[in-house]
Amino acid sequence: MSKDIKGSVMVVGGGIAGIQSALDLANSGFLVHMVEKSAAIGGVMSALDKTFPTNDCAM
Amino acid sequence: MESIEGDAGNFQVTVRERPRYVDMDKCIACGICAERCPRKVKDEYNQGLAKRKAIYVQYAQAVPLKYVIDADHCIYFKKKGRCKACEKYCPSDAIDFTQKEKIHKIEVGSVILSTGFKSFDPRGYDVYGYGSLPNVITSMEFERILSASGPFQGHLQRPSDNEPPRKIAWLQCVGSRDLHTGCHEYCSGVCCMYAIKEAVIAREHAGGDLDTAIFFMDMRTHGKEFDRYYDRARDEAGVRFIRSRVHSIERAGPGSDDLQITYVDDGGELKEEIFNLVVLSTGLEISEEVRKLAQDLGIDLDLHGFAETSCFTPVVTSRPGVFVCGAFAGPKDIPQSVMEASAASSACAVLLADSRNSLTQEKTYPPEDPIIYEEPRIGVFVCHCGINIAGVVDVPAVRDYAETLPNVVYVADNLFSCSQDTQGLIRDAVKENRLNRVVVAACTPRTHEPLFQETIRDGGLNPYLFEFANIRDQDAWVHQKEPEKATEKAKDLVRMSVVKAALLEPIEPLLLGNRHKALVIGGGAAGMIAALDLADQGFKTFIVEQKEKLGGYAKYVRKTWKGEDGRAFLADLKERVRGHERIEVLLDTKISHVSGFVGNFTTTVTTGSAEQELEHGVIILAVGAKSLKPDEYLYGQSDLVMRWHELEKLFEKEPERLEQAEAVAFIQCVGSREPERPYCSKFCCTSSLQQAIDFKTRKPGLDVYVLYRDIRTYGQREELYRKARELGVIFIRYSLNEKPVVEETRINGKDKLKITVKDHILGIPLELQVDYLDLATAIIARGDEELAKMLKVPLNEDGFFLEAHMKLRPVDFATDGIFVCGMAHYPKPLEESIVQAKAAAARAASVLIKESVEVEPTVSVIDQEKCIGCGLCEACCPFGAIELIKVSGQGYRAENIQALCKGCGICAAACPQKAIDMKHFRDHQILAMIEAGGEGR
Repeated sequence: MSKDIKGSVMVVGGGIAGIQSALDLANSGFLVHMVEKSAAIGGVMSALDKTFPTNDCAM
Repeated sequence: MESIEGDAGNFQVTVRERPRYVDMDKCIACGICAERCPRKVKDEYNQGLAKRKAIYVQYAQAVPLKYVIDADHCIYFKKKGRCKACEKYCPSDAIDFTQKEKIHKIEVGSVILSTGFKSFDPRGYDVYGYGSLPNVITSMEFERILSASGPFQGHLQRPSDNEPPRKIAWLQCVGSRDLHTGCHEYCSGVCCMYAIKEAVIAREHAGGDLDTAIFFMDMRTHGKEFDRYYDRARDEAGVRFIRSRVHSIERAGPGSDDLQITYVDDGGELKEEIFNLVVLSTGLEISEEVRKLAQDLGIDLDLHGFAETSCFTPVVTSRPGVFVCGAFAGPKDIPQSVMEASAASSACAVLLADSRNSLTQEKTYPPEDPIIYEEPRIGVFVCHCGINIAGVVDVPAVRDYAETLPNVVYVADNLFSCSQDTQGLIRDAVKENRLNRVVVAACTPRTHEPLFQETIRDGGLNPYLFEFANIRDQDAWVHQKEPEKATEKAKDLVRMSVVKAALLEPIEPLLLGNRHKALVIGGGAAGMIAALDLADQGFKTFIVEQKEKLGGYAKYVRKTWKGEDGRAFLADLKERVRGHERIEVLLDTKISHVSGFVGNFTTTVTTGSAEQELEHGVIILAVGAKSLKPDEYLYGQSDLVMRWHELEKLFEKEPERLEQAEAVAFIQCVGSREPERPYCSKFCCTSSLQQAIDFKTRKPGLDVYVLYRDIRTYGQREELYRKARELGVIFIRYSLNEKPVVEETRINGKDKLKITVKDHILGIPLELQVDYLDLATAIIARGDEELAKMLKVPLNEDGFFLEAHMKLRPVDFATDGIFVCGMAHYPKPLEESIVQAKAAAARAASVLIKESVEVEPTVSVIDQEKCIGCGLCEACCPFGAIELIKVSGQGYRAENIQALCKGCGICAAACPQKAIDMKHFRDHQILAMIEAGGEGR
């Protein structure tokens, strides 16, 4: 384990999982670099219509 | 991402950034470029069912909302130098064809891989006819068809002729649970639920006369509230569920666009049925691209391409410092992905705890300008929202009207008020015009109010000096066919907002102290993992366990489904907890009282007769669950009938019993999925199959029967089901209305059990003679009503704790500072309890690190002069935020505990004396709005 520990994290993938990780880390005092291959974050969930069980709009 | 060099804590990551050809700082997302772009391209976001332009945004709500040029299709890049329509028409000069690819070298302490999945591509499997039959579509395509932003604006129609279908079929397990080349033997875990959801929503779209049928093998609705949804879909929505194997899909006849499904039903009969549309419930898989990335990064993958993880460390990859979450770590649904995401962030926080806050900075705001106390000077900003509002409402007319209203000194209209550059314009306008109140007439406060509050705060105003006029969701969208009336209504709404804005008062933030300590209730695996993750991040943590030892239900897990040693794990876990300098374990201890609120809880605990008070900032509930002791199948009457791990334990203690046995049986769903308990206990199928495989491996001659309703070895646990069948375990399905009958019998002088069960293929009763019967009984809540009441958090109908939001806040409660994990939330296997425990720790840590706790200050205000102490408000308050206090000589008076108040206003509505007012929604403000609303008539 390196002695010089960096207070930052790279999150690879900006779907719902990546977004949640990034938010939790940023809210806990870590700098987050998010890398996403497409032009916007959101992943598969952004293309879903509504979600169980409340039929909330996935957006 | 190209490569990772270095070690955990200190990585150098190389990232390749593709050019966007649009300057992100200049683009205002007006959409003119896309309007002018002549090149049409298949829209991947709409699964190719619609077209987009070569310059586009992925979807209307995309983040960042900035256009991008698809260089693979752009005419400029294809025919060097031609076209440039976008550049010519862009009003903000944002197009930049000279952008080049950039390589970034970024130093980070750790990496999280959340690369997700791709949908299985059914092209090439001629059984389904996908690609050749236009009305055979995938589930993702159907999602887009249902969506209001989809290719048909949410109208349910089929691709071949745009006609509304009257009969739709869903085929489950497409590409999953299938041993054919190119398919996957694992279960994708999510398709049963999404198919049911799609069927229910399709029926909502179409009205009553749509026929929906789901062709399936096992219905895997194993999650929280899933079975209830399944039951409602079948019994109320009328979705047909057909247990079957599908043979083929063919055109229903020459020239017909309809489809004939040929299938074998569960009685073994060959049948045919014709549908207008067929949806393939395609599974989840890992793309070649992700596999290659994993290989380049040195991350081990399992047989199916998912990141290799252990049940004990579900977010840890084979490379130290690199973590994983979401579908890349195995097929899973949204809540499980969200929990894993928080768990991965907890793992990073533990690793990097010493460097917390070293690279981040607190956002600061300018001091509040004293002009806020002067006469109202209101600025009104009317938004076009692209064409969302401006396509219906005459925006310039509304702007000009606003200018005529009292106290308004500045007006403007903006194409997108939420874009970064408009935010700058609003800030500047506040300063240059000495505005002290701001009204934005735009989309909806639901999503955008915080943004504008932040903007005016940056401009030196108190965030509560902002008012939103909702002229999109409540005007332009609902009155599309009456543009003139919509414009008048927009004026009304703006006038009302302006009147209220003049009466707005600055509200000071509520800052409370924070005790940087945690209380974990429950000392099972989930509780211990949560405590360790917090303690490892530097937070003092108490574990309160009502039993005399740590361990909880995990002690029954001899082996995980991946074959790992559960007891060794638990022993190690207990040792780490006991040896941790920041963890204090209180055994034999009960919670007797909880008071306070986020950051400031005081909990009274009782150990024997001794009482003590613990002070802490957060609470993690990890009280677990227990298994049902049934009163059927001779349980408790015959020694040969056991439940859960008892049979396994018996064979371990007395191996001769296994040697002498000729046959054993398992009955699944004992007490689960019944009217009294309409939920699935989730891990019983996996547990029984693990035992069945173990017995059959140790003694191949043993007859092992599994009596089940649906086998729910979801995800990669499906491997156990395949293996059990391979080893010769016999599976017999029974139905709820024809349960197996168990009787005691004697055969050759030996006590045995006779089980009678109807075979679903033969349709006749079978008689099984077995030496032992093991019952997979329901996992039930412990009866936590009292604890729930003390903490003011809800339980669901089944007695499990009910989280704030099933998908997006799976470990939080609506009450801040309290979190849930493990089986207290729902029955789940050990690995999922561990994930949830780490997630709860991550969420709790984000509260604990703060110097002080800031709570929303829009709370109720009680005028004690008017209060008569009737107590109605206290009784109504769902958050326990009102207390009656004794005032000498006056009896009782209500007092508000601001930190607990959520500003719902129920108390204000209930108060017969009108002694309660809500900050920011004061009676006189609302009355003024109502009066102003009437003035237009």
